[in-house]
Amino acid sequence: MLQIISLLLENKPGALMRVTGLLTQRGYNIESLTVARTLDPELSRMTIVVDVDASQRQQVIKQANKLINVLQATDLTETPAVVRELVLVRIKMPQETRTTVLKEAEIFGGRVVDSSTEGFAIEVTGDPEKLDEFVDVMRSYGEIDVTRSGALAIALDSKKLRLQPPVLTSAGQASRPVPSETA
Amino acid sequence: MSTLMSGARMLLECLAREGVDCIFGYPGGVTLPFYDVLYDHHIRHVLVRHEENAAFAAQGYARVTGKVGVCCATSGPGATNLTTGLVDALLDSIPIVAITGQVPTKLIGSDAFQEADTFGITRSCTKHNFLVKRLEDLGAAVHEAFYIAASGRPGPVLVDITKDVLQGQGHYQPVTSIHLPGYKVFTEGHTGQIRRAAQLIQESERPLVYSGGGIIAAGASAELREFVERNDLPTVNTLMGLGGLPSEHPNFISMPGMHGSYAANMAFSNCDLIVALGVRFDDRVTGRLAAFAPHAKVIHVDIDPAEIGKIRNPDVPIVGDVKRVLAKLNKLTSEEKPAPNEKLTAARRAWWHQIRQWKLEHPLQVSTSDTEIKPQHLMSEIDRLSGGRAIVTSDVGQHQMWAAQLIRFGEPRLWVNSGGLGSMGFGLPAAIGAQFARPDKLVFSLVGDGGFQMSIPELGTVASNGLPIKIIIMNNGYLGMVRQWQTLFYNNRLSAVELDNFPDAEKLAAAYGFKGKTIDKPWELASALEEAVREPGPYLLNVKVTPFENVYPMVPAGGAINEMVLGPPQPAAVPAK
Ligand SMILES: Cc1ncc(C[n+]2csc(CCOP(=O)(O)OP(=O)(O)O)c2C)c(N)n1
Ligand SMILES: [Mg+2]
Repeated sequence: MLQIISLLLENKPGALMRVTGLLTQRGYNIESLTVARTLDPELSRMTIVVDVDASQRQQVIKQANKLINVLQATDLTETPAVVRELVLVRIKMPQETRTTVLKEAEIFGGRVVDSSTEGFAIEVTGDPEKLDEFVDVMRSYGEIDVTRSGALAIALDSKKLRLQPPVLTSAGQASRPVPSETA
Repeated sequence: MSTLMSGARMLLECLAREGVDCIFGYPGGVTLPFYDVLYDHHIRHVLVRHEENAAFAAQGYARVTGKVGVCCATSGPGATNLTTGLVDALLDSIPIVAITGQVPTKLIGSDAFQEADTFGITRSCTKHNFLVKRLEDLGAAVHEAFYIAASGRPGPVLVDITKDVLQGQGHYQPVTSIHLPGYKVFTEGHTGQIRRAAQLIQESERPLVYSGGGIIAAGASAELREFVERNDLPTVNTLMGLGGLPSEHPNFISMPGMHGSYAANMAFSNCDLIVALGVRFDDRVTGRLAAFAPHAKVIHVDIDPAEIGKIRNPDVPIVGDVKRVLAKLNKLTSEEKPAPNEKLTAARRAWWHQIRQWKLEHPLQVSTSDTEIKPQHLMSEIDRLSGGRAIVTSDVGQHQMWAAQLIRFGEPRLWVNSGGLGSMGFGLPAAIGAQFARPDKLVFSLVGDGGFQMSIPELGTVASNGLPIKIIIMNNGYLGMVRQWQTLFYNNRLSAVELDNFPDAEKLAAAYGFKGKTIDKPWELASALEEAVREPGPYLLNVKVTPFENVYPMVPAGGAINEMVLGPPQPAAVPAK
């Protein structure tokens, strides 16, 4: 089944690699993955869609939570959440279907972002399944190229973020003086 | 106050502040600045003969002390050589910190000489890793590495440091606090769940404690002992948990699993409650999962939340430090005495009777022969000399299983072996680390003739440091464990398992300047081992044992744990050449 995971992680070098590495290492298939900075520039928000056995869902979240750079891993599959994706479609079609294509795009809330004698580039945002339909419809009118962003999700209820407080190290209270190497 | 110093000096300062007294390593181009400051520093550097063994030695050190072991390697091949030791530490949850040099920051990504993507390569080999490209990040990275390695579920952490950082000059500011907002360590255990656990234990008619490496890592032996005594619980220790409860303890059954005892495995199959303490339901313990402990409820205590429910869904999950959880359980059971229940008492008595019966029916084989040395005979003799007190580091194979079955351990941190990864070549370098950490202890390094030949270069390290390790080769002339599988499951077609041309042990040892000997007669065994132990320096004892002995009991791969093969199906196998 498809599982939607939202990750909040520290924006540190290698953090993305740790997440993707973990997922492949544990045998979970990544369907899509988006990542960008949050309001706090030190943090990133990642939305991952993975294809896993239902019994493994908890395990994916637990393993993600174990990553030291991950502040929070949340399963949005069954919690109230909004899921959106952006698709860009370039379509080439005969002159006589131009207006029909425009009408169809409108039905999906699409926006024409480029137009030429050969056809259009159209942008649509929506539920990933709606976008599948849109792409199918466009295909019936002509030759298309498609780029999708992957799903983005946000939970409707905010979940409390539990962060670990700093810990004192015994190393900091070392008894020995710091030797100086250079004058 | 801050002092101007080089990055290399700063690194050393951080290590000293972490209490490091010994580093196992191998130098190279980019670590030169570090080796220069090591030159006249009190921290001891042990030059191993291969980086993999630096990681194994650091593990040996960590496994016998519980302290973080440290190893060090140069960039490129030095770092890639460490990887087996890192994964080994990851699977067995052993705290080590690996320091590696990296090419100068400016050259990263240019395929520079001895450049390897150590940070990328070791991502999956470590609990966490760092790449330090700025001097101001060095101190925090090193201290965080030690903290992460030792806390929670322990594991290996690698710090990759570029040469320009080691060479740079900067101000050292002692790091007094560590802030890892996403690093969650759960130690206390949920009080409600602990109560439920106590309840289940009191109600159980056929309980079984399944205790593992987590008990050793947590230093929870005393709590475990009180727990099993207070509730009179039969207990199995896994391969990683041997010594957690002393082998001689009346409540100890033995090791369970693929080569576990009949009694231990039957206890799993028939119990009505498993109290799983610091274990991960490894496939080598459970056998075919669907048939594992079908009648049992499960209480699972582990510090790693991801272990709970990973393999078997527990009835009572407890995420916490097993030492603290057991202490709470002990407190609960001491405060609340259950009302006497005759039926339950009788059931418990019958359960214990049944377990003793199983032990009597099929005890572990301690066969001896008048003409040849049996592997089991060798283990019994080592056991006699150890008396449950010596450190035994083992390599991987048949000898490891016989040792785990037959050598007793009176306390934790005496039995050192590669459990999860099963890395051949582990035994000797682990003994080196162990002997450095515990110079007061008698250390046996028990190795197969295969694994030993992966470690021969480390005889140099043993000799250079005069380490009085007793290297005992159980020499069956084969890659015995693989040979056993070929015999049992591949029609005895012995393919690429014969080890001929084993070197003359006496000459080999002599070449390194210490004593060695080869024996093959059972009557020589006791005195040869005694001589090795008496020798103040290192000793290499090559013990030629019967070649075609198989380790029993054996649960065939994918088999149910109670469907053990208890002994040879027909007269001992002969090679089909
Ligand atoms: C590095 C490595 N390579 C291969 C194996 C597979 N393997 C497991 S046991 C074994 C045989 C070990 O032979 P030996 O060291 O002689 O020990 P014995 O089983 O004979 O006691 C092998 C090859 C392994 N565990 N580790
Ligand atoms: Mg062998």
